[in-house]
Amino acid sequence: MSEMESKYAELRQMIEAHKDWPGALMPVLQGAQEIFGCVPEDVQKIIAEGLGVTLSEVYGVATFYSQFSLQPKGKYVISVCLGTACYVKGSQSVLDKLSEVLEIPVGTTTKDGKFTLQATRCLGACGLAPVMTINEDVYGRMTPDQVPEIIAKYQNKEA
Amino acid sequence: MDIYRAHVLVCGGTGCSSSGSATLIERFNQKIAEHGLDKEIKVIRTGCFGLCEAGPVVIVYPDGTFYSRVKPDDVDEIVSEHLLKGRKVEHLVYVEHATHEQNAEKKLDDITFYKHQHRIALRNCGVIDPENIDEYLAMDGYKALEKALTSMTREEVIDEILKSGLRGRGGGGFPTGLKWKFTYQSQNDQKYVACNADEGDPGAFMDRSILEGDPHAIIEAMAIAGYAIGANQGYIYVRAEYPIAVKRLSIAIDQAREYGLLGKNIFETGFDFDLNIRLGAGAFVCGEETALMHSIEGKRGEPTARPPFPAVKGLFEKPTMLNNVETYANVAQIILHGAEWYASMGTEKSKGTKVFALGGKINNTGLVEIEMGTPLRKIIYDIGGGCPNGKKFKAVQTGGPSGGCLPESLLDTPVDYDNLIAAGSMMGSGGMIVMDEDNCMVDIARFYLDFIVDESCGKCAPCRIGTKRMKEILDRIVEGKGEEGDIEKLQALAETIKNTALCGLGQTAPNPVLSTLKFFRDEYEAHIKEKRCPAHHCRSLLQYRIDPAKCKGCTACARVCPADAITGTVKQPHVIDVQKCLKCGSCMEKCRFGAISRV
Repeated sequence: MSEMESKYAELRQMIEAHKDWPGALMPVLQGAQEIFGCVPEDVQKIIAEGLGVTLSEVYGVATFYSQFSLQPKGKYVISVCLGTACYVKGSQSVLDKLSEVLEIPVGTTTKDGKFTLQATRCLGACGLAPVMTINEDVYGRMTPDQVPEIIAKYQNKEA
Repeated sequence: MDIYRAHVLVCGGTGCSSSGSATLIERFNQKIAEHGLDKEIKVIRTGCFGLCEAGPVVIVYPDGTFYSRVKPDDVDEIVSEHLLKGRKVEHLVYVEHATHEQNAEKKLDDITFYKHQHRIALRNCGVIDPENIDEYLAMDGYKALEKALTSMTREEVIDEILKSGLRGRGGGGFPTGLKWKFTYQSQNDQKYVACNADEGDPGAFMDRSILEGDPHAIIEAMAIAGYAIGANQGYIYVRAEYPIAVKRLSIAIDQAREYGLLGKNIFETGFDFDLNIRLGAGAFVCGEETALMHSIEGKRGEPTARPPFPAVKGLFEKPTMLNNVETYANVAQIILHGAEWYASMGTEKSKGTKVFALGGKINNTGLVEIEMGTPLRKIIYDIGGGCPNGKKFKAVQTGGPSGGCLPESLLDTPVDYDNLIAAGSMMGSGGMIVMDEDNCMVDIARFYLDFIVDESCGKCAPCRIGTKRMKEILDRIVEGKGEEGDIEKLQALAETIKNTALCGLGQTAPNPVLSTLKFFRDEYEAHIKEKRCPAHHCRSLLQYRIDPAKCKGCTACARVCPADAITGTVKQPHVIDVQKCLKCGSCMEKCRFGAISRV
């Protein structure tokens, strides 16, 4: 079985397991996003069929919540906290610097698919403000001049 | 149970985890084993201690020594000196902000940050291992549930909560007991209790800390609520941004089931109750109760008009009682110690304690729990230690995007629900962000509207369109394109949105603008009329200048300038070409002589 086929099989299994839950659509979408990294239209179609709801309903929910993404994200997702505590301590300038270094606007992915840059809502780590995360790694008390070095670290991290 | 001669408590809250507390725990266990002390000393990962500024935090008991900002390499020293030889490692002990005192003998409760606090909702946070139900049981855990189920009628439980004066801690401030009573009175074969753990206000993180540090307290309270209103199923709706909280809550639910504290026939009273977790997916509006319930139902999280109230028709069309995490965290204590005990704290109409998340330009960032009625000044200066770097305090923002900014002149306001509203802000969920002289209040208002525009669900026109128009005006003002009449336009829009928006999110969305207009109108006027930002924050309205008297001609600024806007010869004062300058501020950061300033 190819990688994609096994992912689809996993999706169908997951739908089957949640089918009878009250309000199953949200957990199923969350599960699908975990499997595929995003929820593109073909995945939504399978979910709609599996749960017996319309595609428009699935699409409506998937586009309502900011955590669901219809396009794949970069290998490294950089999230800069724009919660109030981080903002008053200058997280906007960290975000601007990242946008400048990566040469992409906020909310987009670099052409090589390596980095996605996004602003995020409060991460609740206000004690470390301003905070940035790259996948699971947390960077606290950030300043703009730390940005180039940190990005270079991930640039050079070849998988 | 094994007896240990010492316990090492390492904070495993989100703040300390982010700064590497998991590595510390590993290292402690490794080093303790190396010294053969693993039968004598136990390492425990606790929930949040509250003083996030000092993280990662380690406390060694029985001495109660409080180590702060501990690095992995420091662990070896703590183990070989303190744990092995009984000599406290003085240089790693927490330093008091105000006094610079570093006293290894000082216990946690003597530290200024904790001295003024009264921890009820946070009672177990940082004290117990949240992943071990036995530790919760040792702190009188599930005793309140037992008391309620075996010796109180449902009416008595509700009456106790009513008399305690507890009000909704999520922001609304609605009397909790009344909510319970209304749902109890609804006749239906199926009812639900729900917990709002979709903590969305930026800068508020008390619910996360409670879930991470004391998850059983929420489970116990929800079971008590289920008994009181006649529900046997509960849902906890948690933000997906809080993975640690979700994990600990799942562990806690499993343990409670295993101990028979959730499930069928609890305490052999015939009462059945079970809980499920539902994850949010990043929508601020889901903190609104009707939106939250739609989200649990697997739909778009859009609010609906009330009535019908959830007490009559809520989740899956059944009567539902929804409380916030912090509200639940008080319940077991009220049942155990009685309504009178709880009502003896606080002010006339706001009883008990409230947790605040101190953040922004303040020395002691973290969580504090204080009695209602404590003046803002005491929270910000005595507990919070004031603004760092000797900067001047400008405002404190409470209530998140629905709240307002209060100036210095209102700092003596005793904090409770009604006083904060009277002052032009609100309690909200308890975020408290301090701003200093460098923060521009117009920009802060714009920041909040930006948040609201992003998070508005789009269902009703006043919120969807109105807030966007307000933001456009504010964008213009901070860019130096403000016009006469803008303030009046903002006010008119704000009033209309307040009166006509569908849900709480929209109705309160103009508050940050209205409160900054009320207290900092001069800043708006300076932007509009004089094209000047008094805080020197708004990029379009400021210029960088080099003071020729201070400039040594070191050329550092000219070398760092990305726009080649700085010219000058070595050892001669340099000059910035304002036409070329991008206002990035790099030169100011590089200058070692303080010669560059924003005007």
